[in-house]
Amino acid sequence: MSETETTLPIQMPDPSKLVVSNSPHMRSGENISKIMFTGVVAMLPACVAAVLFFGLAALEVLLLCSISCVVIEEGWNKLVKRKSSWKDGSAIITGILLGMNLNAGVPWWVCILGGFLAIILGKQLYGGLGSNPFNPVLVARVGLLIGFPEIMTTWDKPALGSMKVDAITAATPLGLAPGESFFPDVLLGNVGGCLGETSAVALLIGGAILLAFKLIKWQVPVAFLGSVFVITGIAHLISPETVHSPFIHVCTGGLLLGAFFMATDMVTSPMTKKGALIFGLGCGVITSVIRLWGSYPEGVSFAILFMNALTPLIDRVTINNPFGYTAPLKGVVE
Amino acid sequence: MSEKSRKFKGGVHPKESKTLTESKPIQDAPLLESYKVIMHQNIGAPPELVVKKGDQVKKGDLLAKASGFVSVPLHAPTSGTVKTIDKCAGPTGIHVPAIEITADGEDEWGDSMEPISNWVQAESTVIKQRIWEAGIVGMGGAGFPAHVKLSPPEGKIIDTLIINGAECEPYLTADHRLMLEHAEEVVLGTAILARSLGLKRAVIGVEGNKSDAIEALKAVSANTNVDVLGLPVNYPQGAERQLIYTVTGREVPIGKLPMDVHCVVQNVATTVAVADAVIKGRPSIERITTVTGKPIVNPGNWRFRLGTPISKALELVGGVSEQPAKLLLGGPMMGMAQSSLDVTVMKSTSGILLIANDEVSLYTSEPCIRCGRCVECCPMNILPATISQAVENNRFDWAEDLNVLACIECGSCSYVCPSHRPLNQHFKRAKIEIQAQLRKKK
Amino acid sequence: MNTAFIAIISVGTLATFLGVIIGVVAKAFVVEVDERVEGVEDLLPGANCGGCGFAGCADFAKGVVAEMATPDQCPVCATEEISRIADYLGIVAEEKEKRMAVVRCSGDAANTVRSLYNGVRDCRSAVLVAGGAKGCDYGCLGFGSCADACPFGAIEIRDALAIVHPDLCVGCENCLAACPKDLIIMTPASADVHVYCNSPEKGAAKRKVCKTACIACRKCVKASGEEGHMLVDGFLVKTNYENPPQPELVEASACPTTALRQATVHAENGYEGVFK
Repeated sequence: MSETETTLPIQMPDPSKLVVSNSPHMRSGENISKIMFTGVVAMLPACVAAVLFFGLAALEVLLLCSISCVVIEEGWNKLVKRKSSWKDGSAIITGILLGMNLNAGVPWWVCILGGFLAIILGKQLYGGLGSNPFNPVLVARVGLLIGFPEIMTTWDKPALGSMKVDAITAATPLGLAPGESFFPDVLLGNVGGCLGETSAVALLIGGAILLAFKLIKWQVPVAFLGSVFVITGIAHLISPETVHSPFIHVCTGGLLLGAFFMATDMVTSPMTKKGALIFGLGCGVITSVIRLWGSYPEGVSFAILFMNALTPLIDRVTINNPFGYTAPLKGVVE
Repeated sequence: MSEKSRKFKGGVHPKESKTLTESKPIQDAPLLESYKVIMHQNIGAPPELVVKKGDQVKKGDLLAKASGFVSVPLHAPTSGTVKTIDKCAGPTGIHVPAIEITADGEDEWGDSMEPISNWVQAESTVIKQRIWEAGIVGMGGAGFPAHVKLSPPEGKIIDTLIINGAECEPYLTADHRLMLEHAEEVVLGTAILARSLGLKRAVIGVEGNKSDAIEALKAVSANTNVDVLGLPVNYPQGAERQLIYTVTGREVPIGKLPMDVHCVVQNVATTVAVADAVIKGRPSIERITTVTGKPIVNPGNWRFRLGTPISKALELVGGVSEQPAKLLLGGPMMGMAQSSLDVTVMKSTSGILLIANDEVSLYTSEPCIRCGRCVECCPMNILPATISQAVENNRFDWAEDLNVLACIECGSCSYVCPSHRPLNQHFKRAKIEIQAQLRKKK
Repeated sequence: MNTAFIAIISVGTLATFLGVIIGVVAKAFVVEVDERVEGVEDLLPGANCGGCGFAGCADFAKGVVAEMATPDQCPVCATEEISRIADYLGIVAEEKEKRMAVVRCSGDAANTVRSLYNGVRDCRSAVLVAGGAKGCDYGCLGFGSCADACPFGAIEIRDALAIVHPDLCVGCENCLAACPKDLIIMTPASADVHVYCNSPEKGAAKRKVCKTACIACRKCVKASGEEGHMLVDGFLVKTNYENPPQPELVEASACPTTALRQATVHAENGYEGVFK
């Protein structure tokens, strides 16, 4: 040891500045905003596709919804004296998803009203993030659908790359007569519908991002899409004249949006894998039933909301058996 | 016995950070002027004091004797005088009785126990008695008396002895260095433990990231009845139940003990202590501890005597280069945070770890967003998120229904929680409340 | 017209029919209720604190009427309210001594050594981590588990110390079990002078971690003379609640650490209880 080293006093920690807490003392570095903003990134392909097909009107809707959601959330936090929460990203994700659930031609006030319904009625009244039983976006969508059916079911005709501001209306593919061959259009997104209902490819890319970052459980979209495919497939085989092919069913009408982005909402879907499978199956069955026999052409929102209501029940019946669980012997009384 | 290991369900992969001390050989800590030996170092009853203030003791002399079967004696770490018997800061933050010994500098052994040279023929009760007399406890962290695990009640058959060399806690390398440098003692101690249980074979399980230790052990154990098994790298691989499953495929039922599935698990550090006790007649008065962390100037693996204050241990490693945020005894996943430097090294202190301010992440308890990551990583397959909500609402009955008692407090759930919820603390609380209620019912 | 008529007739018939059924059932399955139970319940405070040992005020009223309990068991009622209940039932009320909780610690944030704690803000959870992160093993942790347990808002957490407000405390004992350090005791409300320390450690050890600990200097014992108002218990002095001292003792003994305090002075700063 050299002379200079030995003269240096040894520095010791100051005990009064030590934090005590329970173990573990390491964290994976995950946080809510990271999860939420990764979700936003996963939605970007679909957003880009929407703007490409529906023009600047789509961008306007998406921005208006996001901004109104954030502003309304912060306003509510001020009102009830809670700490600011927009940084956790949940309001932004709600806003973008809401925009995806509207069509490009909606008036500006529908966006703001939707933001209000989603944030206040869908989330904050239940106690904020983590406490809402229903997906806030779907609460808003269904609220608007019932309140303003005409605005909500008038679909824009897409025009690739036109960047038009005014929209021309068109029918949603599920409203068209079966048999017409428009599958490539559906896959790319060259069909009428909500912003998020158009491009199946963009939605699948987004879904892949979510799965890659393990933000969603694969059980939900697989069970959801699978059950819709099987049920509509059987119906199509029985009656090809009145029922679209299962490929059309899976790729249209917000099913992909619902299966990857809405049904997988962490707060309102079951926590266990088994539960997620049941949840996805239930969503798929209800969607198919509404599509095949209901009066609405589209049933994804209703199906997810219905299953949201059942989530606590599913959670309760799908409690995992712990490691080392031994079933009580039948007939043995302790 | 199968040579294949299985992966248990769940688990996490925290950053290992073992490179800080992995290649640092074990050093002997120099003799200090005084040692404060904490009286109660084992799970079970505290030992009974047999010395008084002013007594002269030799190294290895009895300081306190076992006060029951689930209790172990305590021995002097060096020769000298008993200065005081008073309270000192304990690892749980509560002040505990400790014996302070002023060293005379001679470091002279007292009348130590006779070595059992022909342990191969020795009665198993003789070996167990020796392990008890030497005051050996599980040195992995819990401090459960070793002889109790070796003495299954009448009717319980033991067919597998598993030696836990997983050392799945990040940062810690004490067991790793021990297996590397003292492979012979590890294998010898394992064989002695197997003998005391009347077993023909035993398995040493080592996590796959310590390939040099596995090789060292395999080289020594080639012609013995000890197998060395590489384990998957997954935290908490070193947890008793997970280790038993990985090695044997057996699941320990909830509320039962390893002996109920015919297994006994001991830590590698314990085997060395056993070898010392049986072959050399030395009691358990020292242990190998990793002193590490980003703020530490010169981290390393040290052989400390019991009763070495943390402040002295930190002086040996050159102090700190910056003020740490946390001081831990044990590893970062299950270690206990300390607020005093007066706490001393105990039989179960596997590490002294400092966490830097830029590494620390504090609990904020944001709302649960039900992401289900805790459910996915829970090695016991329970529902941490739901249980924590039950505890927050003081619904301990509900927590019990959700099997909170199965929780092994490994901390994997708190590790992954994006809302930074203090899940592990909730479970600790729930377990204590439920056990108190069960006692009341009885 | 015809449709409306049919509707009115059918709904009306249905209503009459159901009404008759409800009437019959109500008569046939009537539960006899002693009207005195309701009378007593009206006289009770209705706080449902459980301090009487019953499941709430209604249950207690039942118990009182059934002579399983006496009105004075209600810790909340003042003497006059109890005599009103007794008069109502025509029984004689026993004299009741009002009791009050005391948190035996005066170590607030400014006067004690504490380490930085990070975790669940609840005393019974905090005590699992480094004993509650307070230098003193016996002191109040100040996370307010007792305040949460108090149905009357009588416990205030001020500078990380639980303080009982004598004017709000009714003596329901709900806070006792909430304290992991067993710091809260019930005392006669008439005794105003308490030793706000519960550490059995030696004086020097206590002074290291707390400026307001009782160091058993016995000044108060001497000041109270031969009366035996204060009792020495190891390294701690306690108030003799059999024979409590007068408030003047606090001034007369000039406690060097101010551990000897009047409950009223200890609590005073214009705080008004928050009823839940």
